[in-house]
Amino acid sequence: MAPRHIQVAETSRVVLPRHTKLKFDETRQVWVILAPERVLAPDEIAVEVLKLCDGVRSVAGIIDELATKYAAPRDVIATDVVAMLQDLADKGFLTEVRETTS
Amino acid sequence: MTELTETTPQVDANDGLAVLERRGSVAETYGIPLAVLLELTHRCPLQCPYCSNPLELDRAGQELTTAEWKKVLSELAEIGVLQVHFSGGEPTARKDIVELVQHANDVGLYTNLITSAVLLTRERLKELADAGLCHVQISFQGNEPVVADRVGGYKGGHAKKLEVAKWTRELDLPLTVNAVMHRQNLHQLPDIIQMAVDLDADRLEVANVQYYGWALKNRASLMPTYEQLEETDRLVEEARERLKGTLTIDYVVPDYYALRPKKCMGGWGRQFFNISPSGKVLPCHAAESITGLDFMSVRSNNSIAWIWQNSEAFNRYRGTGWMKEPCKSCEFREIDFGGCRCQAFALTGDAANTDPACTLSPLHESIFKQAERDAASGQDRFLYRNFAGGTPENGNDA
Repeated sequence: MAPRHIQVAETSRVVLPRHTKLKFDETRQVWVILAPERVLAPDEIAVEVLKLCDGVRSVAGIIDELATKYAAPRDVIATDVVAMLQDLADKGFLTEVRETTS
Repeated sequence: MTELTETTPQVDANDGLAVLERRGSVAETYGIPLAVLLELTHRCPLQCPYCSNPLELDRAGQELTTAEWKKVLSELAEIGVLQVHFSGGEPTARKDIVELVQHANDVGLYTNLITSAVLLTRERLKELADAGLCHVQISFQGNEPVVADRVGGYKGGHAKKLEVAKWTRELDLPLTVNAVMHRQNLHQLPDIIQMAVDLDADRLEVANVQYYGWALKNRASLMPTYEQLEETDRLVEEARERLKGTLTIDYVVPDYYALRPKKCMGGWGRQFFNISPSGKVLPCHAAESITGLDFMSVRSNNSIAWIWQNSEAFNRYRGTGWMKEPCKSCEFREIDFGGCRCQAFALTGDAANTDPACTLSPLHESIFKQAERDAASGQDRFLYRNFAGGTPENGNDA
């Protein structure tokens, strides 16, 4: 089972669980996150972050990419990204890939 | 600033289906509902006396075919619906349920299964998960078999539900426990909350019975006492605090004891519709209890979007123009839209009257007293829901 109630750290390799879908809504021309009995409307930056949450990149890697792309101070980006991801995790809409011992 | 705007049913989690409640929400701006309830069939192995299906059930032969449901799903996706709830009756009584979930997934719809669970095998559930099912909601009638199997009128049902709930989590699907509450099971609420936690559910719906159709026929056997209701409020509040981050609890109160009416369906024709087994497009699942309204079918020559936007049944009670006093000049008219049209019709004979759940209704006092009388009636036997028009419970061995 995918882990629930995770704590987001820079080392986390986060990913949307199978039941949480990021989708572009063609009718309304907005990005939405679909979850059980919920529809979330992420803003542009949240969408950009979520597209990078592939379970391969670490949160640190995502922050680096965004800091480079926007030539912004890394610590500011880091605070924002971790807070946003933790908020999503607390709602049960984010999980992480963990190393297996096999 | 990174932000997630959440659109959740905060005010009135009516069956958890009214996805959007906020003014200026996506639903208000764009018209087409984000989520639609599909009642695939009225067939069901359970016989719950408060079933939300109409008294006059659609027969198997009237149900939309697989091809017709697929066409409906494609059309819904095309007009901007994002989520579908497969419900019933019992949706897994349809042999094509996996095919329909697969098709919904293929056209980009997010899928929920609202089920009694008793017909599911582990293999079938796995097939549904593989077909793209995103969420499972299982109804429970109590926290142990004696009460639960009696309410559902189905021996062995409770044990089966527990098993399916376990499989659901093993397959990594999120789980909602739906607990319909009434006088004869409210004493089990603390145990039901614990059961939801033990089953590793994400969400629990504590849904007091709403009295239309079958439930109205069984009102004397189901109506809670006022004291039970107060205790329920307290329990839910305490559990919400204690289980924050573990279990989300949605709570629907019995409105005979309320002061303000519920914003039923988020307002008639504002953000919700459902499709009945025979293909009727309805403003709510109880709407057929209102006589004199002509509900159009997906089998007609009109598109679903046209029916939603233009049909007489949807426009009849839309907005505030249809209102009479005291709704017409009421400052809450766009907050609650006069409450529930089906309840107004059932209790006053006119769906355009104020829902008697409202203190401003001339009938408010009398329905409060009616509730107290029902609760003290000592009448505990059920009339079970079935295609034969209902079967009375026999003694203690039903």
